[in-house]
Amino acid sequence: MDGILVDPTDVNYEKLKKNTVSFFTHLFLITVSVACIFPLWWAFASSLKTQGSVFKDLSLFPRDAHWENYVEAWTRADFSRYFLNSLFYTVTVVLGVVFIASMAAYAFSRLRFRGRNLLFLVCISTMMVPIPGSFIALYVLLNKLHLIDTRLGYILPQINGGLPLGIFLLKTFFDDLPKELEDSARIDGCGRFRVYWHIALPLARPAIAVLAIFVILAVWNEYLLAMLVLSNKDLMPLQRGLMVFQGAHITQYPLLMAGIVITVLPVLAIYLLLQKHIIKGITAGAVKG
Amino acid sequence: MNFQRLRNFFGNYIFILPALALFLVFSLYPFLKVFQLSVTGWDGISPQTAFVGLANFKDLFTDNPVFWLSMKNAFTITFLALTVQNLLALFLALLCDRDIRGGNIYRVIFYLPPVLSGIVVGLIWNWIYDGNYGLLNHFLSFIGLGDLSRAWLADAKTALFSVAVIHMWKGFGWGFVILLAGLQSIPRELYEAARVDGASSWVMFKNITAPLMIPVFILVSILTILGTMQIFDIIISTTGGGPGYHTEVPITRILTTMIGASKFGYACAMGVVFGLVLLAISMVQIRVSRAMRQV
Repeated sequence: MDGILVDPTDVNYEKLKKNTVSFFTHLFLITVSVACIFPLWWAFASSLKTQGSVFKDLSLFPRDAHWENYVEAWTRADFSRYFLNSLFYTVTVVLGVVFIASMAAYAFSRLRFRGRNLLFLVCISTMMVPIPGSFIALYVLLNKLHLIDTRLGYILPQINGGLPLGIFLLKTFFDDLPKELEDSARIDGCGRFRVYWHIALPLARPAIAVLAIFVILAVWNEYLLAMLVLSNKDLMPLQRGLMVFQGAHITQYPLLMAGIVITVLPVLAIYLLLQKHIIKGITAGAVKG
Repeated sequence: MNFQRLRNFFGNYIFILPALALFLVFSLYPFLKVFQLSVTGWDGISPQTAFVGLANFKDLFTDNPVFWLSMKNAFTITFLALTVQNLLALFLALLCDRDIRGGNIYRVIFYLPPVLSGIVVGLIWNWIYDGNYGLLNHFLSFIGLGDLSRAWLADAKTALFSVAVIHMWKGFGWGFVILLAGLQSIPRELYEAARVDGASSWVMFKNITAPLMIPVFILVSILTILGTMQIFDIIISTTGGGPGYHTEVPITRILTTMIGASKFGYACAMGVVFGLVLLAISMVQIRVSRAMRQV
């Protein structure tokens, strides 16, 4: 009997060992997964409790869910305004980055002009060099341009921030794209801009999608610039709104949690829908670079 | 013909003009301006700025212990992220590399914290660590360790470590995804050949996985260092740098100096020094890794 149990060549022993390893592997992975999800779920559960019950009732599935917390967060706590602002900033920055970066990337990939390679390196240089503290001078500049506390002052630096990644991503894409279609359009008499706009840009849709996802996440989660540039509540995006709310109503936890859920939900939806592209995008850049 | 050529010449530049203009105004100008302001005593308001030479830097190096404390704090968090967070990420990646069932689901879940903002993460964890109502204290008294409970983020002894835990919770999934992709790019035949030769898992890790993963390790470490040293959102939404200066980090110091104390010139000097420190770290790291690759 003992001999059978310790005989490493025995099929049952191998199977047992394999199952044990697999069991503990999954146990560990599931524990870590719970640790990832739990805080979020708990924030959600708490958003459905009342101010009176939230500190006593630790249930993860509150029995009577107070969905009206969301109505209150949305209307009275201004989260509707913050949400619309975030949406506006995200859309404009994405459009700006996609349009400007694709134009530049197209030129760097297809058009011939003097200084092309140098200018390309210059355009993506900020991806390599971290310059902490340049936000001080950015603030000074925005102040000089009277862009402090304006939407434009919050949008333009972020468009600029997205350009290096955008130009790099789209140039790589255009480089791999066959030129035949564009050539034939040229022969048919299309100008540079029309070739870019009607042929190259639509073909670049997959790369543009990846770029858009990353810009969306970055803009939606941005805080530092919002803190420096925006002090008017009417212009603030969600992240800034959350901090303002927390500062003013430090103990209103259910409403704060509702605000957090409102902030996270769009990110979560985009992430879950497009997680394949997101993870592929990160790893492609990382493993190649 | 000449006109045509001229049009052609400028036409190409028009494509990159918007990108270049934004770069010049919002990247290059601030970059250079930081250096220029760092030798002035500018307060952010006065139209005139006094040139003070290297006085800001001298003061920073000789008479600003809080700044260096903030640097040390950031180093502490970075050290923890480099070791604990990245080892956890590597361990998880190794587990998920074995074609296990549900591998993709784990990947989706682990990358969830990294897509959240530091503000959101900080505000949620704020409450977990709360001294009176915090989940962590509830949990500790539930398992009979009630005497350990405290206001984790307000206690000088635990604040920095607690903030580091939040940061690692948010960050490990990112390292995991990159490390896993690295592992999956290693040809399977290498392992099969080694297995035929009777190599154990550890021997295979040491002789196949680790050497081939060095470039990925380097990348992950550099990005971890640069990302963690510039930690900011999580601090702002939890401790704000306190208690005392126990969780101050360079970026919060720079912001306080700039907005709180209106010392723009001085803040720029801090930014320059901090930037040079980061640059030095990455250079050392690249050097070391190059030397390692040759061994």
